[in-house]
Amino acid sequence: MYQVGNLVKELSDKHGHTRENLIPILQDIVHKYNYLTDEAMVEVAKELDISAAEVYGTASFYTFLDTQERGKYVIRICKTITCSMKGKSDIIHTLEDILKIKVGETTADKQFSLIETNCIGWCHKAPAILINDMPYTELTPEKVSEIIKDYMKK
Amino acid sequence: MENNGLNKVDLIFEKIDTKEVLIKAFKMSNAEIIQHMLDSGLKGRGGAGFPTGLKWKYTAAEPSPEKYIVCNADEGEPGTFKDREILDRVSNKVHGGMAIAGKAIGARSGIVYLRGEYRYLLPKLMIELDSFHKMIHEIGYDFNIEYRMGSGAYICGEESALFESIEGKRGEPRNKPPYPTVSGVFEKPTSINNVETLVTAVMIIFHGSKNFTQYGTKDSRGSKVFSVSGDTPTPGIFELELGMTVQHFVNEFGDGDTKAVQVGGASGFCVPRKKFAETIIGFEGVPTGGSMKLFNSSRSMYNVLHNYLDFFAEESCGQCTPCRVGCQQLLKGVEKVKKGESKSTYLTELMKLADTMKIAAKCGLGQSVGNAFKSIVSNFKEEIIY
Amino acid sequence: MINLLINDQKVSVEPGTTVLAAAKKLKINIPTLCNHDDLCVAGNCRVCVVEQKGARTLVASCATPAAEGMEIHTNTLKVRNARKHIVELLLTEHRSDCTKCYKNQNCELQSLANEFAFGDTIFLDLVEDHKYNIDRSSPSFTKDDSKCIRCQRCVRTCSELQHVSAIAVANKGAHQKISSFHDKPMSHVVCTNCGQCVNRCPTGALVEKTYIDQVWDAIYDPEKHVVVQTAPAVRVALGEDLGYDPGQRVTGKMVNALKQLGFNSVLDTDFSADLTIMEEGTELLVRLKKALVDGNKKISLPMFTSCSPGWIKFIEHKYPEFLPNLSSCKSPQQMFGALAKTYYAKKRNIDPSKIVSVSIMPCTAKKFEADRPEMRASGFKDVDYVLTTRELAVMIKQAGIDFRNLDEANYDSIMGESTGAAVIFGATGGVMEAALRTAYEIVTGREVPFGNLNITPVRGMEGVKEATVKIEGCVEAWKFLEGAELKVAIAHGLVNANKIMKLVQAGKANYHFIEIMACPGGCIGGGGQPIPTNMQIRKNRMKAIYSEDEHMVLRKSHLNPDVIAIYKEFLDAPNSHKSHELLHTNYVERENY
Repeated sequence: MYQVGNLVKELSDKHGHTRENLIPILQDIVHKYNYLTDEAMVEVAKELDISAAEVYGTASFYTFLDTQERGKYVIRICKTITCSMKGKSDIIHTLEDILKIKVGETTADKQFSLIETNCIGWCHKAPAILINDMPYTELTPEKVSEIIKDYMKK
Repeated sequence: MENNGLNKVDLIFEKIDTKEVLIKAFKMSNAEIIQHMLDSGLKGRGGAGFPTGLKWKYTAAEPSPEKYIVCNADEGEPGTFKDREILDRVSNKVHGGMAIAGKAIGARSGIVYLRGEYRYLLPKLMIELDSFHKMIHEIGYDFNIEYRMGSGAYICGEESALFESIEGKRGEPRNKPPYPTVSGVFEKPTSINNVETLVTAVMIIFHGSKNFTQYGTKDSRGSKVFSVSGDTPTPGIFELELGMTVQHFVNEFGDGDTKAVQVGGASGFCVPRKKFAETIIGFEGVPTGGSMKLFNSSRSMYNVLHNYLDFFAEESCGQCTPCRVGCQQLLKGVEKVKKGESKSTYLTELMKLADTMKIAAKCGLGQSVGNAFKSIVSNFKEEIIY
Repeated sequence: MINLLINDQKVSVEPGTTVLAAAKKLKINIPTLCNHDDLCVAGNCRVCVVEQKGARTLVASCATPAAEGMEIHTNTLKVRNARKHIVELLLTEHRSDCTKCYKNQNCELQSLANEFAFGDTIFLDLVEDHKYNIDRSSPSFTKDDSKCIRCQRCVRTCSELQHVSAIAVANKGAHQKISSFHDKPMSHVVCTNCGQCVNRCPTGALVEKTYIDQVWDAIYDPEKHVVVQTAPAVRVALGEDLGYDPGQRVTGKMVNALKQLGFNSVLDTDFSADLTIMEEGTELLVRLKKALVDGNKKISLPMFTSCSPGWIKFIEHKYPEFLPNLSSCKSPQQMFGALAKTYYAKKRNIDPSKIVSVSIMPCTAKKFEADRPEMRASGFKDVDYVLTTRELAVMIKQAGIDFRNLDEANYDSIMGESTGAAVIFGATGGVMEAALRTAYEIVTGREVPFGNLNITPVRGMEGVKEATVKIEGCVEAWKFLEGAELKVAIAHGLVNANKIMKLVQAGKANYHFIEIMACPGGCIGGGGQPIPTNMQIRKNRMKAIYSEDEHMVLRKSHLNPDVIAIYKEFLDAPNSHKSHELLHTNYVERENY
């Protein structure tokens, strides 16, 4: 769990204190910490003068605005049709083996989270994943192992 | 009327001097720009196919001093990735198209709504936007574009859901009317256009509408970018003249064993082999935002359908009954039939449900779930049951 | 005017009228579910779809404006099939344990099912697939997600009428649900327990927490002496649940029914409403004196009323810095409760531990209020059980009482006397009017300068009302108020309360006294009142309240003989030490989420 500190205040000052800035503010928090804590959402609600339930309701609508704890690197594996056809399951098995977690979980050291996601727009280079913002495509078990090992060194 | 076959075109990615096109457009009257679009017959490239010229005309006719041009870059339809490629390669033309549209409708502000999955493009796009703003300034025109990011919600590609999202809310489609041209983002008249549509508009101004109408058919003018994936030796992005048949397409992209093509993504139609020759890709046949997925005989159409239904059950916004519950019912229904826990005749009830969803759901998402469902179930019924 | 055809009949309507309203004009009924007169259009349940000639799809009649030349058909085969499917779909997500449900026979989904979905079920049951939660954490109501049909009336109510948004729509797709902040228990969030959502829920997803069985147990327990108090707004609404039209006063029948139910003593919250006026009016005058004469800057003005427990919880969560501005008076319900187990017990020579104190309230927040730890001044729980107007109607039906043919009866004594000033507590502006009737007379020795005591500027349905009363001809003790203009404001519905609070916060409200009621229309529109409640029904109930006032012999709180007696025998004087011990309290700051 991270401490939100002055971040929400700074972000609201930067984006503005009105409702239309809610999502950019939440996105910036997630960009920095990968998920939203209750404390962060309550702070955002206060800054924008809206209810915390509405902040949560809005965040929970968007897959990338996670409201449960995520690791430093969020791995999203595309599960839509082409990636499924082109070996998504092997990629998942490989990742689960390396990280020793199941889909939906976060490693004990809070470095990696593994989740499935809907089409990320790389069907011609399936299977594909996102690690935070970065896409990795035309994956094989070997290739994805190398990628994750590089991240582990970071 | 179909075309003679598959013809590759190079308009969208053609190297041009955007500044020159803008100068040309800014010398035209608003009505002239709109007339060019009307003459070209250009229909929206996002999939719904509303005539671009009409959309601009309606928005231009609104008296509001504040209007918006919104670029829909929330490309979420499974199997579509053309907009990412366009933004990656020719963002200048996208921004230019927004400025031209802005001029035509009387908007000084543009918003690009870019899907969260493409966030990695943002640093580059910001640099390119910066030089675009400088260029516009040099020309002596006042137009400003900002980017808003999505955060993983397919439904935000629906125009009114996209507006809600820009306004900081859940991406739930609105009741229509009012339509965006009257009350769009921030309740101001808004023209919302797909990435590719805006680039096409630039090319229509550049080459003239006559050049554009030489491509395509009466109902489907011009060319468009196709995203080709699935069982094909050559997956990728291809700009093709509209009006070819699925057979023409399969001849070019198939692996020799194609049994079905899903045209238009999860919300589109499944065309089986026996209908390849008679089915035109375009508004007179099967329309598409560009998604073309090929399946060969090794694939189970049950798995394809299940994958799509699972997608919709998750990505429905959930507000309206037919879509929220209907998607769950279709999904659970095919599972039960497959397992033999429901009678195969239950598929008939589900087909009727798909019809209800088509006419009673609140927005295009719920209304189009039935497309894939009905076309897959009716053409591959045995695969669903056994 | 816009002309259109509905089922081949011509109708002309104002621009902006919906197809649904236009059909109503022709007496064509189109079923609805997510639609509610008090709320903005949602168009999400799709039950009201109709066929529009030339349209590609059916259209939602609640969300479609009538247009010139439009041709609508409301009952085609296409429409009927779609409606049937929609109702069937809703039923698959809904736990249909109708015969055991508190809302049985008062459920809009059930009525629709009865019309469209009887017989064999078409689709698969989804209830087991959803991990539905039942939240029983609030003492006021239960939120049962397995009965929820996602119409979002509750969400719109909480936001549009109450500006609280303790609940919002969360997640999407199959997982979409109505949720508090991150699924926290309702008792732990900003919810005011006002019950407006309960009043608007078309199914049993939101229902008051019922204490009917506990009350029956007490009544049948020979060891117990069960006293009951009835709030002013109950008598003008109870009839609706027993076959009367909205706006019928049933006070005498209600009192008789309560006696028949077996309560040992049927008393009136009106008594403690009058007492509230004495205590709160005095408190206001004292605050004014300290602020105006003594120049004490620490005195918090404007002073806010404190009768509405929904409002109290609202300010505790949202504007805790203004808690000192609240009158320290308990609500009439709690004053009554504290006195029932002290004064009443003593006078009637009953062991207070044997007294069970029940109140009948138009309110769900009163259940929470009775549970507050602050409300034990008598040494016991001052009010043991709070029942809503609806629950009382259920008890009357359970007892087989022929309400319509019941004779009228009078309240028992002591603590059963009432004045018109107390009765009008039930409508927005009523506390203010009652306070002015008494305070003005205390200060000037004369009646308020309004015809027949009716202070009309503080009455009515406007969200925020204000009035100024010039004080002239003061008696000696209050000379310092000579020529002063008493500025007052009234708000009802927390969305309006919030407007006033924003002004107060910005220092832009130079009022001395502000009355706030959590519910639209005041208690007559309370969350515990009969369903449906809407603007027309609130107006009818309000009319009945003022008519009740006009029919009272005594119309000023300070003339209530029971009130005069209690000061003489027990409390000494308003704001006395004893009063403070029993009738006053203070409140706590709460989290804002």
